[in-house]
Amino acid sequence: MKKQALTRRLLSYTRSSAFFLILAVLSAVISVGMSLWAPVLIGGAIDYIVAKGQVDFPAILRILIILIASILIGALFQWLLAYATNKAAYRTVNDMRTSVFDTLMRVPLSYMDSKAHGDLISRVTVDIDQISTGLLQGFTQLFTGVITILGTLLFMLSVNTAITVVVVLVTPLSLFVAAFIARRSSGMFRKQSAERGELGALVEEMIGNQKVVKAFSYEARAQAKFEEINQRLYDSGVKSQFYSSLTNPCTRFVNGIVYALVGITGAINAVYGRLTVGQLSCFLTYANQYTKPFNEITGVLTELQSAFASAARVFEVMDAVTESSDSGKPELTEGGSVSVSHVDFSYTPQQKLIEDFNLQVIPGQHVAIVGPTGCGKTTLINLLMRFYDVNAGSISVNGQDIRNVTRASLRAQYGMVLQDTWLFSGTVRENIAYGRPDASDEEIIAAAKAAHTHNFIKRLPQGYDTVLSEDGSNISQGQKQLLCIARIMLTKPDMLILDEATSNIDTRTELRIQKAFAHIMQGRTSFIVAHRLSTIREADTIIVMNHGHIIEQGTHEALLQKGGFYAELYNSQFAVPADENE
Amino acid sequence: MKYLTKFLKDFKKELIIGPAFKLTEAIFELIVPLVMAKIIDIGIQNRDIGYILRQGGLMLLLGAVGLCCALICQYLAARASQGFGTKVRSSLFAHINSLSHTEIDRFGTPSLITRITNDINQLQVAVAMLIRLVVRAPFLVIGAAVMAMILDWKLSLIFFIVIPLLALTLYLVMAKSVPFYKAIQKKLDRLSLITRENFSGVRVIRAFSKQETEKKRFDDANEDLLRASINVGKISALLNPVTSIIMNGSIVAVIWFGATRVDAGSLTQGQIIAFVNYMTQILLALVVVANLVVIFTKAAASGARVQEVFETVSSIRENTLGETKTISKSPVLEWKNVSFSYDQTDEYALTDISFTAHPGETIGIIGGTGSGKSTLVNLIPRFYDVTKGEILLGGISIQDIPLSELRAKIGVVPQRAVLFSGTLEENMRWRKEDATPQEIQSALEIAQASEFVSQMPKGLQTEILQGGKNLSGGQRQRLTIARALVGEPEILILDDSASALDFATDARLRAALRKHNKGKTVFIVSQRVNTVRRADRILVLDDGGLAAIGTHQELMKTCDVYREICLSQLSEEEAAGE
Repeated sequence: MKKQALTRRLLSYTRSSAFFLILAVLSAVISVGMSLWAPVLIGGAIDYIVAKGQVDFPAILRILIILIASILIGALFQWLLAYATNKAAYRTVNDMRTSVFDTLMRVPLSYMDSKAHGDLISRVTVDIDQISTGLLQGFTQLFTGVITILGTLLFMLSVNTAITVVVVLVTPLSLFVAAFIARRSSGMFRKQSAERGELGALVEEMIGNQKVVKAFSYEARAQAKFEEINQRLYDSGVKSQFYSSLTNPCTRFVNGIVYALVGITGAINAVYGRLTVGQLSCFLTYANQYTKPFNEITGVLTELQSAFASAARVFEVMDAVTESSDSGKPELTEGGSVSVSHVDFSYTPQQKLIEDFNLQVIPGQHVAIVGPTGCGKTTLINLLMRFYDVNAGSISVNGQDIRNVTRASLRAQYGMVLQDTWLFSGTVRENIAYGRPDASDEEIIAAAKAAHTHNFIKRLPQGYDTVLSEDGSNISQGQKQLLCIARIMLTKPDMLILDEATSNIDTRTELRIQKAFAHIMQGRTSFIVAHRLSTIREADTIIVMNHGHIIEQGTHEALLQKGGFYAELYNSQFAVPADENE
Repeated sequence: MKYLTKFLKDFKKELIIGPAFKLTEAIFELIVPLVMAKIIDIGIQNRDIGYILRQGGLMLLLGAVGLCCALICQYLAARASQGFGTKVRSSLFAHINSLSHTEIDRFGTPSLITRITNDINQLQVAVAMLIRLVVRAPFLVIGAAVMAMILDWKLSLIFFIVIPLLALTLYLVMAKSVPFYKAIQKKLDRLSLITRENFSGVRVIRAFSKQETEKKRFDDANEDLLRASINVGKISALLNPVTSIIMNGSIVAVIWFGATRVDAGSLTQGQIIAFVNYMTQILLALVVVANLVVIFTKAAASGARVQEVFETVSSIRENTLGETKTISKSPVLEWKNVSFSYDQTDEYALTDISFTAHPGETIGIIGGTGSGKSTLVNLIPRFYDVTKGEILLGGISIQDIPLSELRAKIGVVPQRAVLFSGTLEENMRWRKEDATPQEIQSALEIAQASEFVSQMPKGLQTEILQGGKNLSGGQRQRLTIARALVGEPEILILDDSASALDFATDARLRAALRKHNKGKTVFIVSQRVNTVRRADRILVLDDGGLAAIGTHQELMKTCDVYREICLSQLSEEEAAGE
């Protein structure tokens, strides 16, 4: 995106806080004006203090009253400037966040699946923050910086042209110094942060996996790798630290030159009566402040660069294509029959996955999906729930093509328990009632009992009001799965999608999960990603998948007779391989 | 801060010379207003242009020399602070490497990682500021006040009102806003938490069509953040206006009272200008002092956190007394009444375990989550030390064997299949750095990995991304098994290491292990009955205790816990069948 287009788009988000932006600009002009006027007034007052007995008190008093008033007005507008900038910045950020999140709620699942979540999260948080600090606060700083420089020159011109010329002649020096430091240190900082990242990655690997490091006695070799990066970090660190620390002394030096030159030319002018001592003092104050805005502006320019980069990243998310709208479509009628006819599907056109897949499921039937890990079982779930749309053919539920009904009504027919149990940070009660927030306590407890988790919940410190931590790490994997089952028990869907995989679950809990599954599956059309033989054998149809393809389909007996992939899978698990008998 | 100051000693030279140069610059800075006052009072009064030029030249000279001093100081500060950071980092990394799992578990790896990165960075900044500003800033405040006193002590009384007032303002605004910033960070964390939850749970959320609820949850958190940000904005926006009112107010006072002093003949016009100048210098220096306070408070907290790690010593000690004993090849591993508690309390993770594993034996370990399976195998390479009882290898207590020698005998395949960034070959050389290509190849074959490795375009030279993200779970797991097999360890520990493999690969792997690992002791930890059922002996763990030990057939008859586990996974006839 071009910078202009970016700026225009960013501005469109500031529209709601246009008032505060205008206020900020006005306040900047007034407060800068007041702060520049003060040295003039002070100089004027000093001119009334000439020597012993030559002090004009009434005149000084008049000037001081004006000075006090200007100070107060300046301070007020300085505060307003900061306040209005903050308000405009945070509001804009707030709007942008809402808008990005809204987009994320409406993008198809393929978008979410294809993007790194960490990266998306940082776009929602860090990048938008960067826009607020870099762009909005940067903008006001840039603006005040520029009017300070222009204002200073104007005030100086109005007092004395010759000295102003001297100051203007020194200006390139400040620009040069500021640019030199910015260029040098930014290059070094990039190098340093790259090396810091490298070191951080190594530390994360080696300390995060200490057990492996120890088991293989790898400590000395890890240390050697660490020292090597650490030494490089030292070299770039010294340089970046040194260059960036140049700013203050160099500014002071340039200021010192301006100050001395203003002092000399001012004094000479004063000798010839072309300048009063008060005016000289005024110039000296300006000289002291002259380099500051230059430094600020160079600083802001780099901030602006990264703010633009962040804005581009945020807008990229906002521009993601969202799902087609459901409005106007009818609701799906209740039932439990599913018909898949001639379905083709693949995530990428280059790699065909499912071709001409047909399946008829009558209400109450159980379909088992089997295959090795990573065989693409989730693909089927994606299609049934319409997380992804089929490429060809159609899937119908109760005779209605699922693309012709609302997604909400389709998904409401299914109860889904995945292996990746998902609970959110909230109470146990809220988590169970996720599908039906209006459920009564009795209903919630009944669902928990049906899922064999009621007794467990009662033993938690706050029972149903226990707050689950972010990833639900304060309860075991097995209990999480039971809570997810309770969640489904509460919504009483017509159809089920279950994942039986129960790694990391202890035997007793696993028994409970089995019972809960059996209970919930009674009389419901079910699609089960099956791992247990009993489930597989009792299923009405078995779908065998491998490498994303559906390779076999049929009942247990039929598939065993066929002697294909399923038969091999079955035998490898339950029969003894020849060479193991020796 | 004993450990940390030790590191500073290496930079004594920089710590003394740096501030000395900075002080010189500050002194020059304080002289400049005086020189200017002289130009006004003497040069302009006497219309002496030569004097003006001479004094102006002096100012330029002061500036140039000051710059040189400052540059020297900045350079020394950069060298000392980065050098200090580098040294602390290196020795902290070495120290963390020396800690045992007990200590690492106590700190938690994320915390250790922040300590070695962010905390040390924070300390580095503090050292740089120590050299650059700790002498300069307070000196400027005091120096400017003293200079003002020398000019006219009565008028300088204004300074003694203004300095505390400014300091108080800075302190109040900061003290008020800092807790707000912490609160804002928390709200921001909550926002990313909600975002993260929405990504991880996207399927569930859409299955329940809860997008609108989630949007509201996000909007509420967002609104909350907005309010907090604006509130803190209101407070911190006060800082500049208030300080400017105090500053300019005091200048008004200087002019008014200065005017009376000049009228009385005890002060000159030029000196008033110098006064105004000193006032500005004080304000700038005070802002620096306030920032220094913040930097050092942060650094003190970081320092304490780094210090804490240094003070922690490994609970696993090498036995340095007594002669080193060499263990025979293919030793017997013997457990004698071993109990273990993670936190040295009465809560035992393992209680009273005794058994003997002979070379060539395959030992299966089964039990529910939390029954102590992983804990048991973690004690063999001394990741943790036993609390009671002892473990003997070839008749020698493992605590008397040098750690490196003990661990060299053991190949460990951890639960989590971790590979490290670098080439596949580098990963294969973890156990034995000088392994031959044949050794690596044979390990890959046993681990059922040679086929997919040879299919990769770059084979063993394939670059592994951090965490092995560019490989599938099953591939990673097979590679970690191969890694442990390189160099033929005498004891092999597979800690639930086949969970991501499909049944067929798992079976082939076990068969290959059996064939190639003759004379070696193999421990297989698993939740799957099928993985352990053909082991020579199976240890059944229940709640930290050894429930039974025996073959599959024996246990089916005698052990209730084992039978329960079997029947939860297999049908009656499958469990009974051979």
